[in-house]
Order: sequence, then structure tokens, then C-alpha cells
Amino acid sequence: MSLGDKLEKLDRRWIFLLMGVLVLLPLLFPLKLPIAVSGPASRFYQAVENVPNGSIVVISGDFDPASAPELMPMTNSAVRHLFRKNCRIIALELWPGGPPLVDGVLHRIGNELGKKYGTDYVNLGYKSGNEVVMLAFGSTFSGTFPNDYSGTPVSKLPLMEDVDNFDGVKLLVNISAGTPGTKEWVQQAQGRYHIPMVSGSTAVQSPELYPYLQSGQLLGLLGGMAGAAEYEKSTNFLGPATKGMDAQSSAHVYIMFLILLGNVIYFSRRGAKG
Amino acid sequence: MDLLKRHIPIYLTATVGILTILSFFIPHPLVATPAGWLLDWAIVTVASGYVLGAANVLKVNGEDVIKQKADWPYKIVLLVSMIAMLIVGFFMSGGTHFLDEGTKFTWAYNNLYVPMQATMFSLLAFFIASAAFRAFRIRTVDAGLLAIAALIVMIGRVPVGQWLTKSLPEWAQLPVWAGWLLEWPQNAAKRGIAIGAGLGVMATGLRIILGIERNYMREDKS
Repeated sequence: MSLGDKLEKLDRRWIFLLMGVLVLLPLLFPLKLPIAVSGPASRFYQAVENVPNGSIVVISGDFDPASAPELMPMTNSAVRHLFRKNCRIIALELWPGGPPLVDGVLHRIGNELGKKYGTDYVNLGYKSGNEVVMLAFGSTFSGTFPNDYSGTPVSKLPLMEDVDNFDGVKLLVNISAGTPGTKEWVQQAQGRYHIPMVSGSTAVQSPELYPYLQSGQLLGLLGGMAGAAEYEKSTNFLGPATKGMDAQSSAHVYIMFLILLGNVIYFSRRGAKG
Repeated sequence: MDLLKRHIPIYLTATVGILTILSFFIPHPLVATPAGWLLDWAIVTVASGYVLGAANVLKVNGEDVIKQKADWPYKIVLLVSMIAMLIVGFFMSGGTHFLDEGTKFTWAYNNLYVPMQATMFSLLAFFIASAAFRAFRIRTVDAGLLAIAALIVMIGRVPVGQWLTKSLPEWAQLPVWAGWLLEWPQNAAKRGIAIGAGLGVMATGLRIILGIERNYMREDKS
């Protein structure tokens, strides 16, 4: 049996094992490869920077634990960036599995930076209905979410007395893993209420959002963990995304190597068969 | 019967559709108020769908377990997990405050649900690696172009791409090429698809509002 035959019949568990090792090693022993900030990530950072200090910002965290490793780092960075500018955050979630994740980020970073719940930030929680909720939310925040995440009536939260629709909001930040997510927010809220909007999405979803970036409907875009790492670099707060980039680099190189190796074997065997 | 089964649903659909479209352009209370009611009803209807969904999961999987159909042991795990989370949420986590920090429900979410979902998603990396080796064959010119684009974007979007080409002039660096591919050729294709899909959605919406498309009533157009 030739080497090509042996490799073609290679037990795929060896491929899995090497992938595991290549992801694990850079996490244990970081290579600290340089991170270049791409245009869309730079524009995301600039859009947040351009929000006047103390403004009210809406964050919609539309993801669940499956995409948390990819999207939580950028959620952390966005919340930290906004809190540092003393922006007041109203959060909501349109995926049923995700609210505790966003709630945890708000409380953890809020406590760290001395922010007070109800005054500096509010989590309205989850509401089913996807695009319908986006539309209704645009008409009235308190009507769509009469109570916050933990069941407190929003009429008792000082932050919610200052705003009840997008008129008083300076930026919409959407962190999205799919549908409903950025595309729907652009179509239902940005297009209708002309609210400035930025998005952070999974890497697999971000190419779909480039048309909205080019049209100016999105002011900035973070694509996957790479986008989150670029944002961390821009905000000077290196976190989990930066740490994960070495592992992602080695995994990408490994996948490219496998594509090339698979094709070399395929064409050599085909050539040998005539 | 024709009135109940056909005419009333068609008129209702047309009224709701037209009112919702009008509310996009006319903010006057005469339009906005009833449109707001419709949105509220839609939210309530979707929410009640979750109850039906849970009942359906119980019925379908419960029957399969009783009849010991294929994979029935896994369905027991599903049903037990679902019922256990319901019990923990309803009776063991402080009532309406079940989502607060420190409750048993939050503990189960953080320590069971989160790691299990993240694990399932992360397994993709292993299967992508295996598929890259066994299935991605460059048999045609199209596949070759796809492979070249994949190579540039996959390496150019991560720091190793920057590191490998940092000594080259800026225009020749992989991140620049990856950015160009994403912002121009990819964007052009996506925009074309989006415009086509948008026109399709508009046409379908109009057909439903005008009563031409009646599949939602389980009836072919007449």
C-alpha cells in the first residue's frame, strides 16, 4: 500500500486529535502573533467612539451559548467601551437561550466600573416574536417590555423614564448569531427609524452583512473572534478574543494544509491510475 | 362554509398586511394604533406557540418511548431533561425570580446548558477538518477559484496571515487581499442574491395580501 493509499484511508480520529492539539497548544503557550485591525472593525470602534458621552445606547444580544465563545468577547468589549464613555445601556435579547449571558456581562462589567442597575443600565430580557418584537420595540420600549429581565416593572427604572423609543437612542449595537439578528434589525429598525447601528456577528454570518456595511446602514462590523480581537486591540483591553487568535490561526492553517494534502493525494492517485 | 373557510381568512390577511405596510409610511394614530395592536397580538400568538411546542415535544417523544421506536433511550434523556428543568424553574428557584443569580435554575443553565451547547458547536471544527481532507476536491475551475479564495480569506483573516506577509508591500499582504475579496467580489454576489430574494419576498407578500397565494390555508390557488 502506497503512502497516498494509507493517508486516504487514515482514521479520521487522527485528524481530530491533531486539530485538538493544534487548538490547545497555542492556548497554553501563546505565540502572540500581531493583530491588524481591519476596516470594518475600525469603523465599529469609531462609531462607538463618536457616540456622545452619557448617551443612551440599545444593545440587542441575539445569540445563545452555542456561539458564546465567539460572541461573548465582543459583547464584553462593547459593554466596557460604552460604560467607559458613561453611556447608559438598554439591553434586550431575541434568542430564548441567551438572556443570562448578556445579563451576566452587564452585571459583571457594571459592578467593575461602578455602574448602577436601573440608572446606568437595564436588561429587558427576552421576548418571543423576532421581527415583530423589533417593530413593536421601535414604537414603544415600555409597551413591548413592561417588565425587565428579573420581573421589575420598567416604570420603576429611572433609565426607562428618559426614553421610550429610538428617538432618544444614539446607537443600536447588535450582537448576532443568526436569525433574528443583524439583518432583521437593519430591515425592521434601522431602515424604519434611521437609528445609527453597528453589528458584531459570527464569522460565518458576517459576509452576508457586508452589503449593509457598504450601504452605510451598518456603521461598523465585527466578524467573529477575529473581529472581536481587533476591537479589543482598538479599545486597549486585550481579552479572550486576543488569546484565542493564535489557536484560530493554527486551526485555519491546519485546515488549509488538509485541503491541499487531500488534493495532492487525489491527483497523484488519479495520475497513477491514468 | 365558503365564507368561513375562504373569504374571511383572505380579507383578514389582506387587512392585516395592508395595515402593517401602511404603518411603515403613515405614523398617524389612525394607522399606528391598530398596527400596534396587531404587533401585540402577533407577539402573544408566537409566545403561546412555545406552549404548543413543549406539548408537541412531550407527545411525539413520549409516544416513541412507549413504542420503543428508534433512538428511544435518547428521547428519555430529552424528556427527563426537559421535565427536570421545568420543575427546577417552576418550584425550586424562587418562583418568578428563577432567573436571578444564585438560583438552581441559573446554576443548571450555567453549568449544564452553556457547556453542552458550546461543546456541540465546537465539534464543528473537527468535522470541518475531516471534510477539508476528504471532501474538498478541486475537480473544476470553479472549485479551484473557491479554494484560492478560501486560502486567502482563511489565512488573511487571522494573525498568521499578517505575520507571514508583513515584509511584503502593503498591497501584497494577505489581510489586504482578504479584505478586498470580502468587500468587493463577495459583496457583489451577496448583494445580487439579497436583491433577488427581496424582490421574491415582495412578490410573495403581494400575492398573499391579494389572495392569489393561498397555501397558508392549505389550499391551492383557484
